[in-house]
Amino acid sequence: MPDSRTRPESCALVTGASRGIGAAIAKTLARDGWPVAVNYRSDSEGAAAVVAEIEQAGGRAVSLAADVADPGAPEELFSAAESHFGVPVLALVNNAGISADNLFSLLSEDDWQNVLATNLTGAFRLTRRALKPMMRARFGRIVNISSVVGLRANPGQANYSAAKAGLIAMTKTVTVEVARRGITANAVAPGWIETDMTAGLESALTANIPARRAGTPDEVAACVSFLASDAAGYVNGAVLTVDGGLAA
Amino acid sequence: MSAITTEQVESRVIETLASFGPDVSQITRDATFEELDIDSLDLVELAQVVEDDYGVILKGEDMKELKTVGQAIDLIVSRAE
Repeated sequence: MPDSRTRPESCALVTGASRGIGAAIAKTLARDGWPVAVNYRSDSEGAAAVVAEIEQAGGRAVSLAADVADPGAPEELFSAAESHFGVPVLALVNNAGISADNLFSLLSEDDWQNVLATNLTGAFRLTRRALKPMMRARFGRIVNISSVVGLRANPGQANYSAAKAGLIAMTKTVTVEVARRGITANAVAPGWIETDMTAGLESALTANIPARRAGTPDEVAACVSFLASDAAGYVNGAVLTVDGGLAA
Repeated sequence: MSAITTEQVESRVIETLASFGPDVSQITRDATFEELDIDSLDLVELAQVVEDDYGVILKGEDMKELKTVGQAIDLIVSRAE
């Protein structure tokens, strides 16, 4: 029986990895020994810098442009990663995300659709594509970057929250369907993390965080590193909050 | 692409199904997936093998109708023609 404990020769794909949490995840997985496909949508310089840093540290990486909201993106990304590294993608980190915050009554049709398309539908399509090689390999690691707002409310983020809560539900369903193939699917739910996405936002929230500080991308990456590791083979369908106690 | 023979498909299907657990001797045309303890996820994986090898795309509706090994082989051969 597959026991999901030993990783075959394979590579990892991290979406939205040109900066912030995704960049930290890509660098951490590379340090763990994964060849890493660094996906980005528009920030080619950021992605190139992540690849350069990984390579300088002795790791392997390639930057791949694609908008995960594009239905053709999964096939492009998986084919490119697999042909570049010559091994299947057996770790997928669905990290790419956008936000378009507004009070619920003011949310436009586009604000809703675009956030769902990138943050949830994109992850659905990528995960569906990822399961093919993972099922064949009897091994897989899927980590979906959700958010603490997928667990508890945050005013102005109904679209983002719905997508992130949807990711958690999707993660759990994938788990119960494919765990017997040696595949794990887990969600990581960061709280307030210092990134471009949160820059400029007033962090009055800090007072509500039990740890009394914002988190760092590296602190999120450490959780992904664990969930992608051989050691986490029996952790499945979990939601790991990285929020300084915010959701507790 | 040269024509795919029933024998080729049969041998590939049996090989794939055997990788899911049942003994090759049990996998006859008349054997049902239920008897072989082949579940819906196994059939999804079989469909992926068939798609990779023969370019035949089997959809969920197709798979639901399949009860026996022979039915699967016949469906794949008919789609590959």
